[in-house]
Amino acid sequence: MNIFSTLRDWVVPREIEEKFERTPKSLGSYRYDPWGYHPDTAVVSLTVVKQFFDYYFRVETEGIENIPKEGRALIIANHSGQLPIDGILIGTAMATADNPRLARAMVERFFPTVPFVGNFLNQTGAVIGDPINCVRMLENEEAVIVFPEGIRGSGKLWQDRYQLKRFGNGFLHIAMATGTPIIPVGVVGCEETIPSAANLKPLANLLGLPYFPLALPVVLPAKVHLQFGEPLFFENDAEDEDAVTARVEQVKTAITGLIQKGLVKRKGVFV
Amino acid sequence: MSEQRKTVLVTGAAGALARAVIRRLLPDHDIVAVDFRKRADIEGLTNTYKVDFNKRGFEDLFRRHQIDGVIHVGRIGTHESNLTGRYNSNVLGTQRLLNLCVKYEVRQVVVLSTFFVYGAHAQNPTLLDEEAPLKASGLTHDLIDTVELENLCNVYLWKHPELHITVLRPCHIAGPGVRNSMSRLLSSHLAPTLLGFSPMMQFIHVEDMAEALFLAWNKVKPGIFNVAPKDWVGYQDALLACGCTRVPLVSIPGLIPHQIAKILNLKSFPSHLVNYFKYPVIIDGSAFAEQFGFKPRFKLDQIFRYYREKKRREDLLSMFREA
Repeated sequence: MNIFSTLRDWVVPREIEEKFERTPKSLGSYRYDPWGYHPDTAVVSLTVVKQFFDYYFRVETEGIENIPKEGRALIIANHSGQLPIDGILIGTAMATADNPRLARAMVERFFPTVPFVGNFLNQTGAVIGDPINCVRMLENEEAVIVFPEGIRGSGKLWQDRYQLKRFGNGFLHIAMATGTPIIPVGVVGCEETIPSAANLKPLANLLGLPYFPLALPVVLPAKVHLQFGEPLFFENDAEDEDAVTARVEQVKTAITGLIQKGLVKRKGVFV
Repeated sequence: MSEQRKTVLVTGAAGALARAVIRRLLPDHDIVAVDFRKRADIEGLTNTYKVDFNKRGFEDLFRRHQIDGVIHVGRIGTHESNLTGRYNSNVLGTQRLLNLCVKYEVRQVVVLSTFFVYGAHAQNPTLLDEEAPLKASGLTHDLIDTVELENLCNVYLWKHPELHITVLRPCHIAGPGVRNSMSRLLSSHLAPTLLGFSPMMQFIHVEDMAEALFLAWNKVKPGIFNVAPKDWVGYQDALLACGCTRVPLVSIPGLIPHQIAKILNLKSFPSHLVNYFKYPVIIDGSAFAEQFGFKPRFKLDQIFRYYREKKRREDLLSMFREA
């Protein structure tokens, strides 16, 4: 139907096609889901991104088997790197694992207003970061990637690298309410892809962007390590918000440990 | 005639949806068919009236017939009148209808609303349920009547529980005889799109919607329910499937497509609905499906095939005429 349907036959290698076909998903008669996901666009995008995953960022993953083969899951990771490269790489790792899963990423709320981009992101599986969307997708037994640091994390400066910013509590409320396991992920390497020296706030305000980094206009080929931790389960019995915050700290601690593991493992930023 | 046989007043009776509802009701009910546009011409139906809800003569129908229930399908669509006309008919007319229902002790009312009440906004979550806020009137004045109609029903739902009001909010209704803005668009050879936008949409066949109204009548369950199949398609895919040629319009800044729509002045593409061609408004119809046992019979492809074949027939006819 669209250009991606044609491209799918031409560019998608057999091994990706085979894994993609095994990815659990429920679609309507025109092969869309309610959020606008379309497998043709998703698999073509995955093919392109996989090249960067393998040859540019040379991603190494550990613990990917902690992602459940099926059923709902919240993938909670540290956020960094000005652009959502970390989310794309986590999604690629999940989609090309031995037990492939389609990752649903929550994106900034202004994307749907951008022509072509909004539709494209939806077709690859991304949706606007709204708690209702997140709950609905988990009820639909999807695996959802959430960065609880939000723009505080992605817009981080070089001097703050690998220091986790404040986590919002929303994801934990959703995990408890929907009985969803949390899989913590430590991302190492994305901090170095677009190092930012400062945030040019006036320019960001002028352009309506959450931040505008003072950085080189290139994405550096830093080697990326993704450490997937063991699932964390939380009963829906928190007595008050302090109890929820304490559990968020538990998740944060798990992610900090995974980041440290990745930092120890890597031999250098680019090797 | 059995003692159980009830009398049902159906509004908007000349339209395709009401006719499909009446066909389902006729075997077991006495029907009073009302439309302000023209008399409904339906086989086996004698009590048909052309009357405006806001005119005094409308009450005579309640005096003349012992009406047990009302199925209120007769809303003026967004393309059929200006805001004042729609407000007078859809809001004030419905208020008069509900007041008469109270006065004449009608015991069940089913009202047709629309998913437009949710409003088309970039930040809408997907699968909006019945508790989602109704943003339409805040986003465009031209849809005030749709939201006010629901507010009115809500007031009567609480104030007069004896009316047993059920409000149905369907997605786009399409299929043979449907003359709403979306059906006109799917019927046309050239259809406007907004460059770079193809929002997800839901469509329900007119016969399925009639079945939903029939179920709502049969199973007395007051409340508000979305009605939509569990199937979704991008707007531009829907146009292609209906054999339409897409005409892309400049989509940003937001004011431009509104102005273009005003200049084009198409009934199928009114300026106040432009954002519905930009942002998805996907509703969750699972509550209605579960509580009323509703399962649509028609697939998307069957809906779109009707429009494709309609175009083919029209093309053949025009070729024949030219020859």
